[in-house]
This record gives sequence, structure tokens and C-alpha cells, in this order.
Amino acid sequence: MTSNHSTTNIVIAGLGGQGIITASDILAETAFRAGFDVKKSELHGMSQRGGSVTSDVRFGERVLSPMVPAGETDVLLVLEPTQIEMNRPLLRADGVLLTTDVIPPGALKNKKSLNVAMLGALSSVLEIDEAHWLEAIHAHLAAKLHRLNDEAFALGRRSAQTD
Amino acid sequence: MKADLSNPPRQLLSGDDAVALAALHAGTALGIGYPGTPSTEILETFDRLDGRAQWSPNEKTALEVGIGVAFAGARALVTMKHVGLNVAADPLFTAAYTDVDGGLIIVSADDPGMASSQNEQDNRHYARAAGLPMLEPVDSQQAYDFTWLGFELSERWKIPVLLRLTTRVCHSLTPVLPRAPITPKAADFRRDVPARVMIPAFAKPAHHRLRTKLAEIAAWNEAEGPLHIEMGNQALGIISTGISAMHAREAAPEASHLSFGLTYPLPIERIRAWATQFERVLVVEEGDPMLVEELRAAGISVESKTERFRFSELDVARVRRIITGDDSEEPAPPQGKPPELCPGCSHRTVFHALRELDCIVAGDIGCYTLGVLPPFSAMDTCVCMGASITTGLGLRHALPEAQARRVVSVIGDSTFVHSGLTGLAEMAYNPPPTGHLVIILDNETTAMTGQQEHPGTGRSLDHSRAARMDFVAVGQAMGIKHVELIDEAAKDVDLKACIAECLARDETALIIVRQPCVLAAPKIRLYEKTAAAATSETS
Ligand SMILES: Cc1ncc(C[n+]2csc(CCOP(=O)(O)OP(=O)(O)O)c2C)c(N)n1
Ligand code: SF4
Repeated sequence: MTSNHSTTNIVIAGLGGQGIITASDILAETAFRAGFDVKKSELHGMSQRGGSVTSDVRFGERVLSPMVPAGETDVLLVLEPTQIEMNRPLLRADGVLLTTDVIPPGALKNKKSLNVAMLGALSSVLEIDEAHWLEAIHAHLAAKLHRLNDEAFALGRRSAQTD
Repeated sequence: MKADLSNPPRQLLSGDDAVALAALHAGTALGIGYPGTPSTEILETFDRLDGRAQWSPNEKTALEVGIGVAFAGARALVTMKHVGLNVAADPLFTAAYTDVDGGLIIVSADDPGMASSQNEQDNRHYARAAGLPMLEPVDSQQAYDFTWLGFELSERWKIPVLLRLTTRVCHSLTPVLPRAPITPKAADFRRDVPARVMIPAFAKPAHHRLRTKLAEIAAWNEAEGPLHIEMGNQALGIISTGISAMHAREAAPEASHLSFGLTYPLPIERIRAWATQFERVLVVEEGDPMLVEELRAAGISVESKTERFRFSELDVARVRRIITGDDSEEPAPPQGKPPELCPGCSHRTVFHALRELDCIVAGDIGCYTLGVLPPFSAMDTCVCMGASITTGLGLRHALPEAQARRVVSVIGDSTFVHSGLTGLAEMAYNPPPTGHLVIILDNETTAMTGQQEHPGTGRSLDHSRAARMDFVAVGQAMGIKHVELIDEAAKDVDLKACIAECLARDETALIIVRQPCVLAAPKIRLYEKTAAAATSETS
């Protein structure tokens, strides 16, 4: 799952309020704990008022620019169906698109953990130890949310593997 | 929950967090600034790490407090976004003449591409204009290291130092390896009148001293300033600074690369010597073609980007185009869903009323600037913070009477404290013949930048209790004829009728519309509860 520079490029897209930035924080932390060089970038600002948000995470042996060049995204993770087409050009030709379709309807207990469920789906296509994912989730979310999000992560991971 | 910064060794940090952590480790006595994307998180993180951090009413007051801290012999970190430095420019230019004892770093967080700003001015010009050294990190590690270095240079040459960040450096997470913290030296007053009292008799020699300091700093930069070289082929050498250096190394891995951290005064002879090795030498810089012009003026032959790349931020794809000389039309960025006022936002009611009354609205900067978009389409001007009041007055002075009567100025509470006070004084002092109406949209927070406190909220940066500015009393004290406070939550007020009444009079009027920002309201209730508990404990 790497492009020519031996850097893995992930873009997470959705709308303000969906936890896109939290998701990319967790992903970056996971890759960092797994021993990679990591960079993560997005534009803050107006995003909190419901506008489109994308966040780029890159990891590998040595990452240079923090932004994923258009057309070089290995995995595009989209949390909101209306945001798929607009972001599709970011993918490289044989890149992977993961949408909320991987989560079986009604299976998610709490809509707020969709971001973590989608990380579960992402985890099934990246070769990073599951323990690093869970550590990163726990480091970024309050203790009382750990169980809910562990379950969401497991759901996404399971669903994508059997997809 | 944020990552734990207090616990080394290597951590993944944003550039903003890296500056805050370095400020803590380097013994900064006070962090002070005014919120503004992308700089805001520096002081919030500094506070979270138990550093002493304060929001000031605006960037000018923040810098002046910082100068005082540095005169006292302690280290000060002053933070702001790029346009904030315009507000702080008056103290900046003369502070350059003075001798600071404690290190003074002024962070200018620029926003090429205007992710969240009203312009994309390139604040590298300020280093040249004021004569101040400028450091420009490429990533969070350098943001951390250059905060340390900035204090060292500042104290060695007794000169304020500009630390210029850009949006992508501020907000990108990259790994940082921190150093061991130091204990700051104690503050102590040292009288030095010729170096600190800028009357002409002292300022004339002070200006000469400044130029001598800069010459010495340039010599230091030539000898041992931070510089990074990656040697590739001899066909192409690329000179770049800041985040552009990262894009360039990725875009042209086969080329040779030079980047340097102290970007003013330049290490010109090192650059000259390096540049002689290549067939082509290209400058890759974001914003204005400043570096390229300076190198050419020094007789170094370099290629430049075309005019197209002055605009917006650079990325790997754009740097590839610059390298190949491709000046063709670039693909349009995808059009996402634009932001809008939150459902239930208190600003909505006001803009509905203004639209129904067909007002000419002199607007200002904040969440409420979104009132310019449909369905409201109720804003006609927006220039800089505070300009609503005064631009509105100008419109009233010049327009024919029927139009003048429709002019209303709309300003947020944080913006009012930042730079609306003098505008209000102007209105009372030079009222237009038709009078004027100013509406303060008091949502009890600085919502736009992520809900920071300000003197009008009555809470400090850490949300504990502070003195609260009384906008009604301010309006009355300034001599505004009619001052009214409207609590939007009260069902019986007719905002539209109240505005119409003010517009019908030939007098000055101030309406304060108060209702907390819906996103901030639950937190505000919590802060108030905590503050009330703290007061009852101590009494
Ligand atoms: C000189 C300057 N400093 C900072 C900013 C960033 N900024 C824009 S609007 C704003 C304040 C917004 O607060 P307020 O006026 O209370 O309006 P609200 O967003 O709460 O509606 C800030 C800090 C700026 N644009 N210019
Ligand atoms: S954040 Fe607050 S002030 Fe801004 S649009 Fe939302 S409710 Fe309104």
C-alpha cells in the first residue's frame, strides 16, 4: 500500500462536525507509534461551521511535504456520501476508496463514532499492528468514550475484512 | 483530548504546539497575543502546559506588554496572525531601535492561500522594513528549535526577533524531539535611558546601533546560521525557505537543495558560493518574489517562478510546474460545501432584520461575516477588524441623505474591544448629519477563531474570572446619544422595530445584541459555575 516515494498517502474527507480531524490525529498517532516518520496536514478555520473538510496523513521512512499531492492518494476515506465525487480526483489510479458503505446499516451504536469505525475499516488495508490503533484511540479520546469507540473500531475492521 | 506534551522524548506536534513547548522549556515568563488563525493554538497550548498565557485586547497592546517583559529582563513570546502585525506595527518599528534584556519573540503566522484570512500579505517584508531578524521553520522540529534560537539571538544582540510561521507549518503535525528545559534568569530592572527612551536625541544613535546589530547578525548567519543542504545532481540547484523547502525536495529528489532558517539578514555569501555549482539555480518561495529579487540585487543569477505562483500557497504539484517552467492554467481546486452560520446562531436574527430593512451594512470580521452569503446577503463592506464603524461613518458622511439613513455598522464583541473603541469615539466626536447606528453582536466569545475569551467576556484566557468591560457604560461614556442592550433570548423584543427607530433619528446610537454563541454556550455556563464556586470558596 505505498506509492513511488515509499510514502503511504491517506486522505480523510467529510464535513465539519464529523470528527475528521480527530480521525486523522488518531491515524497519524498510530503510524507514529508504529515507528514511521509521519506528517499530517489540513486547513482549520471555517471548517467548524459545517463546511467541507479534508485532512492528509502521510507516513513512511521519510516524509517531506505534509500535503498529499492530488492524484497520489493511496486510500481515500470519505465519511459523508456528498463528499465522494469532489474528492475522487485525489486518488491515484489504483488507489482504494473507502466509504460509509462498508459499515452495515444500523450496525453502528452511536453515529458520533463513525469516524473511528471508518478507521477500523482503514486498518484492514494498512499493515499496522492493531495494538497501535487502540493505543492511539485511547490517547485521543476521553476514557468514558473508550468502550464505545473500541467497539466501533472493531465493527469497521470486521466489516471491511469481510466486504 | 490532546496528546500529552509534557512527557518527552519524541512526539508528534503541530508547529503551534512545538512553539508553545519550546517557549515553556526555554523559560518564557509570559506568552501574550490576540487570537487569529493559524496562530491561536500557541497560547492555548502554552496555557495548557502551565505556562503563563494571556489574551490581550489586540496585537498592539500584546506586543507592548511583551516589550515591557523583555525590558524587565525576562523572556516574552508575543503571538498573532499576519494581519495582526499591521496592528502592532507601531511598537514593532521602534522596539527595533531599543535594547531588550530578556528575549523577545514575535510570532507572525502568515496565511498564504487565505484559508482563513482577509488577505495573504507576506510578512517577510516586515523584517526588511523594521530591520529585525526573521526565522522561518520548515516543520515542527524547526519551530521548536527556532523558538530556542530566537531567544538566544534576541538576548545576544538585545533585539526583538520575528518568528514567521505559515498555515502549513502551524497546523501540520510532524515529529519533534524536545531538549532539556532550563530555569529562566530572574527578572531585574536595569536602567538604560538612551537604549529605551526613543526621543530623537537617543533614537538617532539607536538607529545606527540597529544597523550594526544587523550587520553582526548577518556575519553570524554567514558563519554558523542554520542551513540545510541536500546534494543531488549539478544540473539544478534549488534555493527555498519555509515549507516550500519540503515541497521542493519532494518535487525534485534528483536536484540539489539549499534552505536556510534565518531568512533576514540573508547569508548572502554562503548562497553565492553554493549557487556557482549548478547549471540552473532556481528560487522556490511562497508569496512575493522577495528572495529572488534580493539574490539578483546581490548579483547572484537565479531563475524565478512566474507571476501565477505569487498567489495562494505552494504544494508539490505547483513546485513541479515551477521547475519545468509550466505556466499553463492550473486545475481548479474542488469546490466544497462552504461554511455557514450554525443553526440557531444569534447572528441570524440580526441579519434577517437588516435585510428586511434594506440596510447598507458596513460589516466586520468574525463568524458574522458569513452574513454576506445567502440567504442573508446582508453585508456590503468588510476590510479589517474595526473598520465597520468607521467605514460606515464615511458612507454616512458622503452618501445622499436617503441612502445615508440606511447605513448600519455591525461588529462582533471581540472585534469591538480589539479596535472598535476608537471608532466609537470617532462617531461621537464627528457624527454625520444623519447620525449613525452601530450594532455590537455580543455573543460573549471570540467565536470565529475557536471561542477565546476577551475583556468583554469577563474571563481570562484560562476562563477564570476577570474584569468585564461594560459595553453600555462605554457607549454612554463616549457620548453616544442612545445606547440599548437587547437580550435576544427575551421573547418580547422586536429587534427590527428597534433598528428602524434608531435609523429614523438623526442621532448616534449603539445597540448591543446579546446572546451567547450556541456552540460556546454550554462551556460558558460551565466556566461561570466554576468561577462562582471558586469565589464562594475564597470568601
Ligand atoms: C488584526 C487581526 N487580528 C485577528 C484576526 C482574526 N480574527 C478575525 S475575526 C476575529 C474576532 C471574531 O470575534 P467576534 O468579533 O467576537 O465575532 P464572532 O466570531 O464571535 O462572531 C479574529 C480574532 C484578524 N482578522 N485581524
Ligand atoms: S460558532 Fe457561534 S457565532 Fe459562529 S456561526 Fe456558530 S453559533 Fe454563530
